[in-house]
Amino acid sequence: MTIFSVYIINKAGSLIYHYDAPNTARPAIEKTFSYPLELVLKVFDEKVVVAFGERDGIKVGHAVLGINGMPAEGRFLKDKREILEVLGSEKNYPINIKFGRPPLSINERIMLASMLHSLFAIGSQLSPEPQSSGIRTMETDTFKLHCHQTMTGVKFVIITDPKQGHVDAILKKMYEVYADFALKNPFYSLDMPIRAELFDASLQSMLEQADKLGISNI
Amino acid sequence: MSKEEEFKLMYGMLFSIKSFVSRLSPTDMKEGFLNYSTSKYKLHFFETPSGLKFIMNTDLSVGSMKDVLHQMFSSIYVEYVVKNPLCDLGQPITSELFKNKLDEFVRALPQFTVKPE
Repeated sequence: MTIFSVYIINKAGSLIYHYDAPNTARPAIEKTFSYPLELVLKVFDEKVVVAFGERDGIKVGHAVLGINGMPAEGRFLKDKREILEVLGSEKNYPINIKFGRPPLSINERIMLASMLHSLFAIGSQLSPEPQSSGIRTMETDTFKLHCHQTMTGVKFVIITDPKQGHVDAILKKMYEVYADFALKNPFYSLDMPIRAELFDASLQSMLEQADKLGISNI
Repeated sequence: MSKEEEFKLMYGMLFSIKSFVSRLSPTDMKEGFLNYSTSKYKLHFFETPSGLKFIMNTDLSVGSMKDVLHQMFSSIYVEYVVKNPLCDLGQPITSELFKNKLDEFVRALPQFTVKPE
């Protein structure tokens, strides 16, 4: 019963708010390797990513998150050494590397939000019945995405565990929090990114309550 | 919208959905995208390891059709298209036998009901 993240998309399709629940850190795998490295790594999208050689839970697409405890920043380590060079020279071995799914950068989130905006519209066009709404829920084996579009075109998107129930009530409650703490805020301009502390605090406490007490109490 | 356009739109949409889902997923996925629903219909999706995609549009009252689509692949597609020497894999399927068997199969599903006109 967990909520992973929340996105709010304005009527033009750009992301105006996002929130990731704190308990959903992506699991990372840390292992010690000896030379030569059996995994094939390559630079993809400014990150060092496993291209071939899945083993021990390290899958294709996992990125190098850190080496010997030092976190990675894109292609380089925190001390500015290039990761592929460090992994290529034998004198650095045995070496401890942390792999995991790369965290989404803010640019990627903005792209995914616009993608969802378009997919929502195409969902209504492909309908075999007339007058269909856009995509309301999207299910995969690891998460379920719920989307509620208001009359003004703002979309509230929640990503939860596939078995989470009562998400409609959570979406409605989120709309109320948006109306109270964003729209009624005199310093907030419509369709702009929401930067109000009270909105953040109120939304987070609403989501925590929904998780702990179950929806019927809200 | 013409059938051709609808197919292209559907293919493009599913390709984008698959990429979207793989990036957004909080953990590694095994099967990926399963279905989506709107206010009027539900689209079920199943992809075989060879890249063949099965799509079924139903109304909102049905649950998961993944097993149904899997069975459609193994007991109808493989039997009447793959094993048919006259069917060219990758080309549009014109086999009448396939169409009839598929129709029988769908009509026999417990979720199938005739729409009241």
